[in-house]
Amino acid sequence: MTPRLSTLTAVALMTASFAVQAQQPAKKPLSKAPPATKAAAEDKSAITKEFEKFREVLEEDNPAELFEARGEDIWKNKKGPDGASMAQCDLGLGPGVVKGAYVQMPRHFADVGQVMDAERRVVHCMVKYLGYKEADIRKQPFSNDARTPDHVSVITWVAGQSRNMKIAAPKKHPKEIEAFEIGKEIFAYRAGPYDFSCATCHGDDGKRIRTQDLPNLRKPDQAIRAYQGWPGYRMTGGFMLTQQWRMNDCFRQQRFPEPTYLSDSVTALLTYMTVTANGQQYKGPGIKR
Amino acid sequence: MNKTIVFVAASLACSAVLAEEVRNYRAEALAMLKRDFKARGIATADRIFEDGLQAVCNRSGDNPPKAIAERLEKDQMDGIRYPADGKLMGDWKEGEKIAQSGRGMTWSDPAGIPAGGNCYNCHQIGPQETSFGTLGPSLYQYGKLRGNSPEIQKYTYGKIWNAKAYNLCSNMPRFGHAGALNEQQVRHLVALLLDPQSPVNSK
Repeated sequence: MTPRLSTLTAVALMTASFAVQAQQPAKKPLSKAPPATKAAAEDKSAITKEFEKFREVLEEDNPAELFEARGEDIWKNKKGPDGASMAQCDLGLGPGVVKGAYVQMPRHFADVGQVMDAERRVVHCMVKYLGYKEADIRKQPFSNDARTPDHVSVITWVAGQSRNMKIAAPKKHPKEIEAFEIGKEIFAYRAGPYDFSCATCHGDDGKRIRTQDLPNLRKPDQAIRAYQGWPGYRMTGGFMLTQQWRMNDCFRQQRFPEPTYLSDSVTALLTYMTVTANGQQYKGPGIKR
Repeated sequence: MNKTIVFVAASLACSAVLAEEVRNYRAEALAMLKRDFKARGIATADRIFEDGLQAVCNRSGDNPPKAIAERLEKDQMDGIRYPADGKLMGDWKEGEKIAQSGRGMTWSDPAGIPAGGNCYNCHQIGPQETSFGTLGPSLYQYGKLRGNSPEIQKYTYGKIWNAKAYNLCSNMPRFGHAGALNEQQVRHLVALLLDPQSPVNSK
């Protein structure tokens, strides 16, 4: 384990330096240097290609595994104040069963009478069994340069336990159907100063923002792209980001107010997108630029 | 009389069943959004509520009945504010800077900083910028194809100020109407598209 971890740490350091390089063209003020911009754009696409190659190599030794190891440790060894552990946590397939659970959420959980996505369920269990305070988690729900919160590591491990499995989020329970239908409405809902909905950018085939390809998330073969690679190891920073973070940042760019962490709205949206991606294969925690 | 009562009772029962089956998920989604979204920075909580135009587009899947669309487009058109001095073309070089900038209006943008036009996010514009989006049509050669008559200037200014005046459920934001871009900024963008010296119109 130790030599493996040191390899991963080395890879993590490499990715951090690569990330600095990759950021360079974005920092260049294009408007100030019109003659050089074509070259800059070529650099950019060369870097994109280079990154894709790099990502393939990295996915063998994804630094996400460092966080998976930490999450596994918390799941298996940490005890709550009254001696409880995550072995009691039911992710939908029975207490303590983690294999394949990630790709079968969001789902309805009878004990809370609610649909929960993976992140919401993991946090629920960490609060219930390990004594984490929900208010503390809400203070810093997402990772930053300084800190990747414990629940993010646990989610990363749980996600890794569904590596190479097919997405199979259930849509049977009335609450699951409800979450799907409400999520579908939220996806199409235009509001805010720019009149944007999710569908403004993700409702058509073959569109881009700048050079960023936009998947049409209403279609199963493209809906996987909102799911694949999350949780993701962000090279520019060296920390893990989750699907809840991705949704949060989409709403930011949609110019909406901020969704409450682990709220019903985000769960509904994730239900809609995950069910739409059912049958596609999940490759496990990924790497993001 | 009895028959009528039975009939009314039966149809009431039917509609009750129907109401049970056809749920209004849209209304449920709106209530949920209202509950879950909170103000942060400049992104105030009231942004979660659709305005009248957005509601018409949302309810019709961006395809409202023609008569309604025409009336509402006219309302939007009437709200376009043109510069008092009538000068609609500014400096294309300033326009290029505005077109490049994607900042503004998010909760991470500081208050009081002018927003960018976000133009390259969705449109091809100047030939030297190859990092452009495709959500909107290419604007390369925009002025070369149309000239820069007063009518074209007015149309172009109006379209940037409020795209919904021309196409009610257009994907394009209403930059002037929303208070994202001011008159001066829109003028510079008009110049970027229409000035014969602008690289947009170079050969």
